[in-house]
Amino acid sequence: MSVRPRRVGALWGTALLFLALLAPSVKHALEERMTTQMLVQIPLLVLVGIVMARSLPNRVTAVIDDWNCRGITGLVLATMTSLFWMLPRMLDAAVTDSLVAAAKYASAPLLIGLPLALSWPRMGFIVRGVLLVECIATLFRLGWLYLISPERLCNLYLLDDQQHLGQWLLLIGGALFLAIAWKLVWGRFDSLSGAAREPKPAHRGLPSTPA
Amino acid sequence: MRLLRTLFVSIALLLVGGVVLYAATDGLRAFTSEAARRIAVRQHSVEVPAVTLETQTGAHIDITSLRGKWLLIDFIYTRCPTYCVALGSEFAQLQDRLAGSVREDAVELLSISFDPAHDTPRALASYLTRAKSRGAGWVAARPVDSGGLDELERAFGITVIPDGLGGYTHNAAIHVVDRQGRLVEIVDPGQAGAAMRRILQKPGP
Repeated sequence: MSVRPRRVGALWGTALLFLALLAPSVKHALEERMTTQMLVQIPLLVLVGIVMARSLPNRVTAVIDDWNCRGITGLVLATMTSLFWMLPRMLDAAVTDSLVAAAKYASAPLLIGLPLALSWPRMGFIVRGVLLVECIATLFRLGWLYLISPERLCNLYLLDDQQHLGQWLLLIGGALFLAIAWKLVWGRFDSLSGAAREPKPAHRGLPSTPA
Repeated sequence: MRLLRTLFVSIALLLVGGVVLYAATDGLRAFTSEAARRIAVRQHSVEVPAVTLETQTGAHIDITSLRGKWLLIDFIYTRCPTYCVALGSEFAQLQDRLAGSVREDAVELLSISFDPAHDTPRALASYLTRAKSRGAGWVAARPVDSGGLDELERAFGITVIPDGLGGYTHNAAIHVVDRQGRLVEIVDPGQAGAAMRRILQKPGP
């Protein structure tokens, strides 16, 4: 089977993004603030994994699929790994301890981004819904905690940085909530279920009522 | 079959993940570095490195020469408007409450500056005066070289970051060092009683 150009492009893009994040100056700049480590660096590392998933050969994804019914395995793996990197002490350690830094750079793409990208298309409507709602809840919970905590949770970061991050998390949580609410009210349900095979209607007029 | 395999791997991942998270939080006790530092020291005491300090009188002492008595150590910088003021008044209270042990030369309070460039012996002396030190049993000092400061910060787990206003933000605590020169306990500021109990538990010979 020949490798499609799109895959090669994805692979190169991933490698470049990863190398850029690995560059000491970029790493240092993003880790200087709690906000950028959590909201820029780690998400970009996750993105590396997501793009990487597109470059996997079909036979590899086929084998993974055999162990990833409805994307459950990938969801569990990505969730557990995300939980780990949500521990405030790990944000500190990822900067001060090179071993933990290596673990972050390896696990965010391979254990969060990659499994998520491979699992999302296989997840059912309910699983997706639960994941998204839990995402929103986590953003709100962490955001609120960071905003009201009078103590610094990371030794490396200032309190106002932490509160700033809290505001951002609430903002992102709110935006995600609005987007999903919009989708639920005006969107097409079947497009969420991934089962939509029918051709898209030429005009998207009034919302179609689910039969 | 596919569902069963998925179930099997998922449960295995949940178990492994649970164990990893349990270990990474010291048994769900430490979610922050600060809590982790306290637990780590309680489990494995840390030898205080031999570092030369200059005290508020200008005298040079090696920190290991203080072995034989309990040390209560805090890390400060004298321009600090927040934590160090609170720590200073707490040390002053400790100085009073431990006056007996201080007279027996069994305890010493030591405030170490992590801003040696600014904290000259004179600045240190004025810090002690402002904190209402009674004199005996409380020494303020700065490491004489930056290598010594690094060693101390590493051994004690002190993180100092510029606060963007010309000062510093740092993790404040009272560090208890036993007679053998080992850091055995770290307590929160405001819990000086706990540090005192630790010392008085093992009265001098």
